[in-house]
Amino acid sequence: MTGPQEAAARPSGEPLIELRRVNKHYGALHVLQDIDLTVGRGEVVVVIGPSGSGKSTLCRAINRLEAVESGDILIEGQPLPAEGKGLAKLRAEVGMVFQSFNLFAHRTVLQNVTLAQVKVRKRGKAEAEAKGRALLERVGLASQADKYPAQLSGGQQQRVAIARALAMDPKALLFDEPTSALDPEMINEVLEVMRSLAAEGMTMVVVTHEMGFARSAANRVVFMADGRIVEDRVPEEFFADPRSERARDFLSKILKH
Amino acid sequence: MNVLTDNWSTYWHGFLGTLWLTLVSAALALVLGVVIAGFRVSPVKPLRAFGTGWVTVLRNTPLTLLFFIVVLGLPRFSITLPFFTFAVLALGCYTSAFVCEALRSGVNTVPAGQGEAARSLGMTFGQTLSLVVMPQAYRAVIAPLGSVMIALAKNTAIAGSFSVVELLGTYRTINELGYSIIWTFVWIAVGYLILTLAISALFNVLERRVAVSR
Repeated sequence: MTGPQEAAARPSGEPLIELRRVNKHYGALHVLQDIDLTVGRGEVVVVIGPSGSGKSTLCRAINRLEAVESGDILIEGQPLPAEGKGLAKLRAEVGMVFQSFNLFAHRTVLQNVTLAQVKVRKRGKAEAEAKGRALLERVGLASQADKYPAQLSGGQQQRVAIARALAMDPKALLFDEPTSALDPEMINEVLEVMRSLAAEGMTMVVVTHEMGFARSAANRVVFMADGRIVEDRVPEEFFADPRSERARDFLSKILKH
Repeated sequence: MNVLTDNWSTYWHGFLGTLWLTLVSAALALVLGVVIAGFRVSPVKPLRAFGTGWVTVLRNTPLTLLFFIVVLGLPRFSITLPFFTFAVLALGCYTSAFVCEALRSGVNTVPAGQGEAARSLGMTFGQTLSLVVMPQAYRAVIAPLGSVMIALAKNTAIAGSFSVVELLGTYRTINELGYSIIWTFVWIAVGYLILTLAISALFNVLERRVAVSR
């Protein structure tokens, strides 16, 4: 029994993100195959799997940075609009943190965390700056507010990117390999921020290779291989006793050293 | 030297004609170029197709032919305009295709992640383009845009053959008065040089200012 419909503990029964029979191809490659996934409010779901398994595509499909070919994606029960203002509005509710940070290179750190507040949320400048500074304080970067992204380390940039996403008061946050581009000594400062968000009850979908984070912060671990969800279980069970051959193989490779 | 001093008024009017033609056509080309570049990178397929068509047709048509089409073609649809306006239309539309492509190559220098980050924050296509992508594309665009504008200044010479007063056309008047053809053209060339060097200087200043603001 290695189906995706495993029972798993959820902090709340109310689904926030739902994917139903989602499919996508890149040319001949079937990168998402009949994906069913439900993320409850307040839940932290960690997606792991070998590279090319479709986990990043899955993450990016949730706010439609990647269009899917068939299936439904629902946020709070509402289907994701295809394009235009409706989609933009929905994206503002679902924050995203990227592997390569993607801070706006021509704007200061403070402007990075205020721009969308002003332009999308239509907040006043003073209000946006107060909120921006508070969030920079929270991620430990208040003193860097007037610098440009290129002047910060990778870990600092990623913490600014998290603050930028939080500034929109999102209902959920998507993390697409947030620590994969970081030097080892900077990974922890980013994971610390993510852990504290998880502890506060933020709904999170996290694609990562950080098994320590998966064990300590996740409510569920979703294991993907070849475009399918192979296992979807609580982390203790998954790491102690992976049911599928694919997962056993994957874990033996990454946990050996 | 007396070719210039004797015919100062003719030269001056020709120079002003070329200057004015360049400025108005440049304004039209920049506005149209930005709009068409927006079309070409937009997510809406019909707009993309229109942008591609616009660039393909205008960039691949000889400018003189374009003048003929505008000057002889539009009156057939009972559109009669002053020759100056016809010339601005031909030059502006023609140049807009080159402006569009320069801008588009600038847009392509901005990493895709910048646009994705903007969209993931809920910005619309227009906001993403105007707040995040274009301000970063603009650095890469200044040098090629300078070349396009210099080409435009020189292309205005074609308008002289279509009854528009401009610098090159002054040679006919001056030549009829029996002045040396060589010196006539030397002073015309100096006139174009003044204009094109001024454009170069303007774009050099812009380039330096962008380099500082980084």
